Amino acid sequence: MRILRLPMNKVAVPLSLLRKGDKAIIVSLDDSAISIKLMEMGCMPGEFLEVDYIAPLGDPISIRIGNYLLGLRKDEAVAIKVIKQ
Amino acid sequence: MSEQKKIIIALAGNPNCGKTSLFNVLTGMRQKVGNFPGVTVDKKTGVLFLNDKTEALVVDLPGTYSIYPRRIDEMVTFDVLANPDNDSHPDVIVLLADASNLKRNLLFCTQVIDMGIPTVIALNMMDVAEKNNIRIDVSKLEEELGVPVIPMNARDGKGVDKLLKILSADVLKPKRNFIDIQKLCGEATELSNKIPYSNEYEAALLAVLHKELTDFPEEKHKLIDEWVAEKKFIAARFQAEEVLQRYNSINRVVQNCVNEEQKENKSLENTSRIDKILLHPAWGYLIFLGVFFFVFQAIFAWAQYPMDLISSVFSSAGNYLHDLLPAGMINDLLIQGLWAGIGGVVVFIPQIMLLFGFITILEDTGYMARVSFLMDKLMRSTGLSGKSTVPLISGMACAIPAIMSTRNIESWKDRIITIMVVPFMSCSARLPVYTLLISFAVPSQTIFGIFNIRGMWMLGLYLFGFLSAIVAAFIMKLIIKTKEKSLFLMELPIYRLPRWGNVGVTMLEKAKVFVTDAGKIIVAISIVLWFLASYGPGNEIQEVEKKFTDTAFTSQFDAIELDALQQSEKLTHSYAGHIGHFIEPAIMPLGFDWKIGISLITAFAAREVFVGTIATIYSVGSTGDMDMNKLRARMHSEINPQTGEKVFSFATVVSLMIFFALAMQCMSTIAVVRRETKSWKWPMIQLFYMTGVAYLASFITYQLLK
Repeated sequence: MRILRLPMNKVAVPLSLLRKGDKAIIVSLDDSAISIKLMEMGCMPGEFLEVDYIAPLGDPISIRIGNYLLGLRKDEAVAIKVIKQ
Repeated sequence: MSEQKKIIIALAGNPNCGKTSLFNVLTGMRQKVGNFPGVTVDKKTGVLFLNDKTEALVVDLPGTYSIYPRRIDEMVTFDVLANPDNDSHPDVIVLLADASNLKRNLLFCTQVIDMGIPTVIALNMMDVAEKNNIRIDVSKLEEELGVPVIPMNARDGKGVDKLLKILSADVLKPKRNFIDIQKLCGEATELSNKIPYSNEYEAALLAVLHKELTDFPEEKHKLIDEWVAEKKFIAARFQAEEVLQRYNSINRVVQNCVNEEQKENKSLENTSRIDKILLHPAWGYLIFLGVFFFVFQAIFAWAQYPMDLISSVFSSAGNYLHDLLPAGMINDLLIQGLWAGIGGVVVFIPQIMLLFGFITILEDTGYMARVSFLMDKLMRSTGLSGKSTVPLISGMACAIPAIMSTRNIESWKDRIITIMVVPFMSCSARLPVYTLLISFAVPSQTIFGIFNIRGMWMLGLYLFGFLSAIVAAFIMKLIIKTKEKSLFLMELPIYRLPRWGNVGVTMLEKAKVFVTDAGKIIVAISIVLWFLASYGPGNEIQEVEKKFTDTAFTSQFDAIELDALQQSEKLTHSYAGHIGHFIEPAIMPLGFDWKIGISLITAFAAREVFVGTIATIYSVGSTGDMDMNKLRARMHSEINPQTGEKVFSFATVVSLMIFFALAMQCMSTIAVVRRETKSWKWPMIQLFYMTGVAYLASFITYQLLK
């Protein structure tokens, strides 16, 4: 768990590690099938996002990207690498 | 006389962008629900009169974020647009785009434009965009996209006139390209030359998706396969690079046409504020429970009034017609077979309409997406998904509307599993059966001052049904294989007021689809069941009738007793009675005799028929004027002539409860599963696996308690 305490504004981390209210910029997407779907939904490198909500049971999460809210499971969010703002 | 022209207009666009509203505005009540050939997807069409010369057939295509489908029904969109031989291939496509969220919507728009189909863009939700300080330069956007763009608000019909005007003129094929196909996949030119009617982009799309097309000629498949092998075409890479290139073009378009003030987005802020309550760890679930308690109450309790009314109207009209028409077999067939069958279909309409009224309101407002969001993790641990919540809860009232509501589950596997386990939930038809059996076997006693033991048994049976559904889902998750991965990935739409017109249209449409599609099967099966219960081999039934005309015999009883006795004997000698005898060896280990066997057969029409049949067999009169106490007394005194023991022992009654909790005994459910999966495979699997499980569980129960 120590890794989580490293300053996240320098390294790219999976979106699934962010907490509620965190703002971040997408730097890359994994080379996986889900990535194409994520990109189609607007999760492109260079886009800003904000973690709007995390479901009470810890999964899924809701992010604000572009002008809308996107709900996704944590195992889907892993494919998105972000740098915290 | 001027020549009539008929054209096809397709409506397409992202989900949640107001497609249904526009479809309703354009076609009014001139709508029809059919289905796309070869797939289990509803095809909504409607007629639109553009002018005296042109009549348009409007086809509502499933909403999608991209031309690359992520589920079966989105494949239809590609099939219709890319395949000129498809019946619904449009002359013009109206693309809906959400103005408040243009960037994401433009991905699909530019894909369609690149396919070269004449396109008009309906820029919807202008009101939301304006409210949030998003200004769009429409003429500039038209120029950038190379197709007509019409700003509108489909909810209140604004901009629709202008759309109609554009549509009545000829819409030209767009010429703009948003990707550099030569750079992306230069070899596509060669493929597009081989496949008629396709441009380079379409050819590349076919290379990615042709295996999923339903009705695509074999030689073209071969042609594409050869090309793919020769050029070492990698679909995933093409898709990823296409999306990247596209967003580059889209970013440029958006920069040039959209002026977004960096003020707060009011709609999203409001939505976040409401989410704070509705997704709250405590309030969120409480509100969820409250909302669904209300919905459940409506379909469980309130629907009962119109249902009782329908039943009594059908039965008194049936009696009236029965007396009116000349007696005989035709009369019986029409009234007891056909008319009763139709009544059995119509009686479900209140529940279906109420449930879909609520579902549409919850969806329109945006709450339904939150229900999935709240429940996803919990449901996923059982093999279902957040979207299975509503069908499962509705299943506690009735499996019919519940199974119809699985439409919202995108993942095919999640949907099939949900359909397969919903009938385990204790529906309202089991209630009369449980009531009879519990009141028979369990004494009415109060424990701890407040809890009635009978009530506890009832609760136990409901829990048993629920647990069975969960366990079955879990097992099926391991058995059913699919290459499709279950995705959650969904838009959480902003909260809005429901569109009441839309609610009404959906309620009517669902009732119509049920009556026309599932209704036929229900009527057919009920006629068969009626025949089995009213006719017998040889002249056995006539023998019974003869016996009851013999005054020496009949004078011992009064008229009511006589009627009950005659009905009982007729049923005993009918085909159903014979089948009851025939299956007796098979159901003996469950503690059932042949009389219970008959009731199990007739209960296939609907579970509650069990009570009426038992009453008829024990000649305590038919359902109408049945006396429960009399029935219970009669059941108590029933002795098995072979063993000399009571037929309805405690073990038998509990075994019966377990059987009713688990068995698939509802022809209407079978009909609706057949309609929803568009094949007989799934309803048959369901019938056999559920009844098999029920048999096994009842067997164990009886053998343990005996």
